[in-house]
Amino acid sequence: MSRAMEKYLREGLAGTAFCPGCGHGILLGAVLRAVDRIGVKKEDLLFVSGIGCAAWIPSPNIGTDTLHTLHGRAVAFATGAKLANPKLKTIVVSGDGDLTSIGGNHLIHAARRNVDLTVICADNQIYGMTGGQTASTTPVGAKSSTDPGGNIYRPFDLCKLVSAAGARYTARYPVTQPRKLIDAIEKALRQDGFTFVDAVSPCPTQFGRRNQMANLKKLYSTVESLCVTPAEAEAMDEETRLHHFAIGEFVA
Amino acid sequence: MPPSVDPKKPPQTLMQGNVAVAEAAIRVGCRFFGGYPITPSSEVMMRIAQLLRENNGTFIQMEDEIASICAVIGASWSGAKAMTATSGPGFSLMQEGLGYAYFTETPLVLVDVQRAGPATGQATHVAQGDVMQFKYGSHGDYYPIALAPWSVQELYDLTIRSFNLAEKYRVPVFLATDEAIGHARENIEIYEEFEIVDRVREGEGMPFGHDAPDGVPVMPAFGDGASLMVTGSTHNPQGFRKVDDPDVHNNLVTRLMRKTMDHVDDIVETEEYFLDDAEIAFFAFGISARTAVAAVRRLREKGVKAGLLRTRTLWPFPEKQITEVGKQVRALIVPELNKGMMASVARGYSQAPVHQINKTNGYVLEPEELIEYVEEELS
Repeated sequence: MSRAMEKYLREGLAGTAFCPGCGHGILLGAVLRAVDRIGVKKEDLLFVSGIGCAAWIPSPNIGTDTLHTLHGRAVAFATGAKLANPKLKTIVVSGDGDLTSIGGNHLIHAARRNVDLTVICADNQIYGMTGGQTASTTPVGAKSSTDPGGNIYRPFDLCKLVSAAGARYTARYPVTQPRKLIDAIEKALRQDGFTFVDAVSPCPTQFGRRNQMANLKKLYSTVESLCVTPAEAEAMDEETRLHHFAIGEFVA
Repeated sequence: MPPSVDPKKPPQTLMQGNVAVAEAAIRVGCRFFGGYPITPSSEVMMRIAQLLRENNGTFIQMEDEIASICAVIGASWSGAKAMTATSGPGFSLMQEGLGYAYFTETPLVLVDVQRAGPATGQATHVAQGDVMQFKYGSHGDYYPIALAPWSVQELYDLTIRSFNLAEKYRVPVFLATDEAIGHARENIEIYEEFEIVDRVREGEGMPFGHDAPDGVPVMPAFGDGASLMVTGSTHNPQGFRKVDDPDVHNNLVTRLMRKTMDHVDDIVETEEYFLDDAEIAFFAFGISARTAVAAVRRLREKGVKAGLLRTRTLWPFPEKQITEVGKQVRALIVPELNKGMMASVARGYSQAPVHQINKTNGYVLEPEELIEYVEEELS
């Protein structure tokens, strides 16, 4: 974290709760840099999160108002908070399991209603905090604590899902491309209405170790090597496409 | 000859119970409603949707009851007096959110228009089957407040009181009504002036702690510049998660209990009917108390010294009042539209044996049923 962003961190923090090599610290930095660019007063910022490792990105780290909610329900809480005080710049940061599995209904309905929220999904493709169980974003074949033989179900394409539900802006970038990720978050924050950024953020502890990527360099370079353009992704057959990350803006 | 009019009394207004809830909520300052349609509560939502439009408030129909209670909590932290209304199945779905509201000391009002359960049960029929869910619906130690009106007038008045208690104690308050009262139409009096309590947004101290062991902390809203940390995990007075500290957890759970339980005299309201010389007494709430008061009057005409202790507060439970009545009478009879929920609690406090009259067919108890029980079992 550069010193310039420390102004957004909460006083009295004991240190990071993230594992060594977790992508969420990079994502925290990206969120703060994007927030800094839009120039909203600190007291007008509200960060809302659910339950899980990603929910700890804003809470307690960011020194604005933070609402650390129930598993899956961050978007519903944020909807109420935003509508009751529309001047709050309301940003949801939470994980893929939280936002899109247990919380999937709230996500698509907020997109449908075009509530003025930015949702940033810290997407590590696994349930991290609870011990590496399969998520609705886990790639086919990937091993998890509940799929030791490899996941057999297709993952969501979150940007397609949220775009179809009516989001005004959707984008996907990995934490391995921080400048593009910051630009995308900034764009999402500047756009009125419901916006969504799928931030691919690798989990070495629960995903990497089970999938021959305990080595951080291997984990991060694998994520980077799987990034393709949306056009390249569309040209692939479904099985191949589901093993790649289509990177870019989808509704812009 | 025209009826005499007392100039000090407000005019009578004919109103449906569920509509009265919406009207009273607006009067006491409710400016946010998040809900989901469910019989027999939907009239609350339909009326308040219109009233919030007219009063610069926010109404949102959410995608389900889980989202509804979460939106209400979010709105409350944004500074709005917020409420929802539901019935059995929806109330069940809201329990996790209600535990969160309790643990984060979030004021809100939930109207539960009880219907016959379990499960989908009889959606359009009356019951009083949620007695235990008000108190034990969420996991963990949990001391919310539940008020029980017995008329449309009281639905109006206790809606106001629910908001006032929620704001005063920073606690979720349940308005424990039922299909019979919610759908009844009665004349009510609407007063021009009444007490309105608002949460303390500015002041000394931390938002999640208090020097007094039963204290209610200040509650700044989002946007007030307080850098709030609201979390449903165990937290210290400032709001930092402290999930491994035994003292922080115990202190928090204990203060939250004492916040309501040390103030039962302020919260619990009961009424006594013909109890002075009563030898047997009914203990009842809500629509069943109306049945009981009619039964008591007729038993008195027959020379039976019957009385009624009626509670307007389900939780905290009126322990002291039951204990007192239990010392005086030879039998305490609890009529209710379930299999004996209130009776089972009353047994813990009444020295006199507790009898129960239960009806679970989707209809209210008739006074004759109570009179017959007394004549057959207690004469």
